[in-house]
Amino acid sequence: MDSPFGLLAELTYRCPLACAYCSNPVDMVAYGDELTTAEWRRVLDEAHELGVLQLHLSGGEPLLRRDIVELAAAARDLGMYTNLVTSALGLSRRRAEELRAAGLDHVQVSIQADEPAISDRIAGTPSFARKVEACHLVKELGWPLTLNVVLHRQNIDRIAAVLRLAEELEADRVELANTQYYGWAWRNRDALLPSRSQLEQAEEVVSAARTRLKGRMDVIYVLPDYYSRYPKPCMGGWAQRQLTVAPNGDVLPCPAAQTLPLPRASVRADSLARIWTESPLFQAFRGTDWMPDPCRSCDRKETDFGGCRCQAFLLTGDAARTDPVCHLSPDHGIVEAAVRAANDGPRELTLVPRPHRVGQP
Amino acid sequence: MMPKLAPHVRLRFDATRNQSVLLGPESVAVLNKTSADILELCDGRRTLTEIVAELRSRYDRVADDEVRAFVDRMAARHYVEISDG
Repeated sequence: MDSPFGLLAELTYRCPLACAYCSNPVDMVAYGDELTTAEWRRVLDEAHELGVLQLHLSGGEPLLRRDIVELAAAARDLGMYTNLVTSALGLSRRRAEELRAAGLDHVQVSIQADEPAISDRIAGTPSFARKVEACHLVKELGWPLTLNVVLHRQNIDRIAAVLRLAEELEADRVELANTQYYGWAWRNRDALLPSRSQLEQAEEVVSAARTRLKGRMDVIYVLPDYYSRYPKPCMGGWAQRQLTVAPNGDVLPCPAAQTLPLPRASVRADSLARIWTESPLFQAFRGTDWMPDPCRSCDRKETDFGGCRCQAFLLTGDAARTDPVCHLSPDHGIVEAAVRAANDGPRELTLVPRPHRVGQP
Repeated sequence: MMPKLAPHVRLRFDATRNQSVLLGPESVAVLNKTSADILELCDGRRTLTEIVAELRSRYDRVADDEVRAFVDRMAARHYVEISDG
C-alpha cells in the first residue's frame, strides 16, 4: 500500500460565507465538537510519519481557527508544503504577515464572480471588496496566488470577466471548477447545474484564455462530470493518495465520504496510520476487487477507479455501484434526466444557502 | 543562463519514501536520483555548462542535451526559473 501524499485538514465548518454550492455536509451539528490545537498537532505529526507531503488547511473558513498560524508553522516545521484554502475573510495584514513568517507556502482565495453584486449575492454576504484586497496582500507578501472559482448555472457565463479579474490580480493560477454535487451543492443541484450551451461557451472562453495567458497564468478548468462520458478518477482512487480529517476528527478517504453508510474512523479513537492501513472505512473500496460490472471488466478500471463512491451512493443508494456519470453505467439514466432538466429551457430555482455556523437550521 | 528553482517550489528528501520530492502548489513530484541532483544544482549561481560539468564528476555518462531538455521541461512547468545573470 502506498503512503498518502496529501492531507486535507478541514479545521472547521464554520464560515462567514453561505454559498449554496458548498460541499460541506448538510448535517453540520455533528462537527461542532472541533479538534483542539493539541489534537491537530498530533494529527500533523502522524500524517508526516505516514508520508504526507502536502497539507491543505481548509474548512469552512480555516482562518476562524485561532490556532491557524501555529498549525501552519507546525506543518512547515515537518517539511510539508502548506496551502491555505480561504474565503480571504479574516486575512488581515497582521494575520497574513504571521502566516508568511510561519512559512505558509501558498494561498488559494475563493471568489464567487467577477464583480461585487453577483459575488456577494452568491456568497450570501458582502465580501468581494475584501477578497480583492486580500489578493493584493497575498501577492505583496510574495505568495503564489491561486484564485478558486466554483462554477455553476448562475456564474458560468461570466468566465471571461473572471479571467480578466484574475489577470488584474496577477494570480499565478486560476481554478475554474464546476460544482461537485455533494453536501449543500447536492441539495441545490437542480438550480446549479449549467446547460450544455453554457458549457460550450465556457470551454471556448477557457481555451482562448489558455493561449493568451500561456506562461503567465495557469488556467485549470474542471468539467462538470454530469456532462462527461466517463467518471472522474475520484481522489486518484479510494484511499490511494489522499486523506481528509474533518473538524471533529473523523478521518475520510474523501471529504464527501461522511454520507456513506460505512463504519467511522476518528483520530480521537485511533492513529492515522492504523486508520489508513487497516480501518474498514479505508479498505472498503481500495483497489479494484470491490467493483461490480461494468467496471470489473472495463479496461479503464485503473484509470477512473469506478468514479466516485459518494456520487454512486447519492444517486443510487448503493456506494458500490458504478458511478452513474459513466455512460456504461446501468444507472446512467438518472444523470441523463438531470441533464435533460437543466437543458429544458429557462427556469428559476431558489438556492438554499448553507448556514454560517454549526447548529443553525 | 543560470537555472534556479522557482521561489514557490520546494525540493526536499522524503524519508518515508527514501526519495527526493519536488513540492509546489497542488503538485507533488517524486524524483529519481538524477533529476534530484540536477534540480539541486539549479541554484541560480551555476550555468547549465557548470551543472553538466558537476554531474560529469558524479556520473559516468552525462548527455548535455538531456540535461538541457530536462531543465527546459522543469522551466515550462514553472518549477525552474532561468535568468541570464
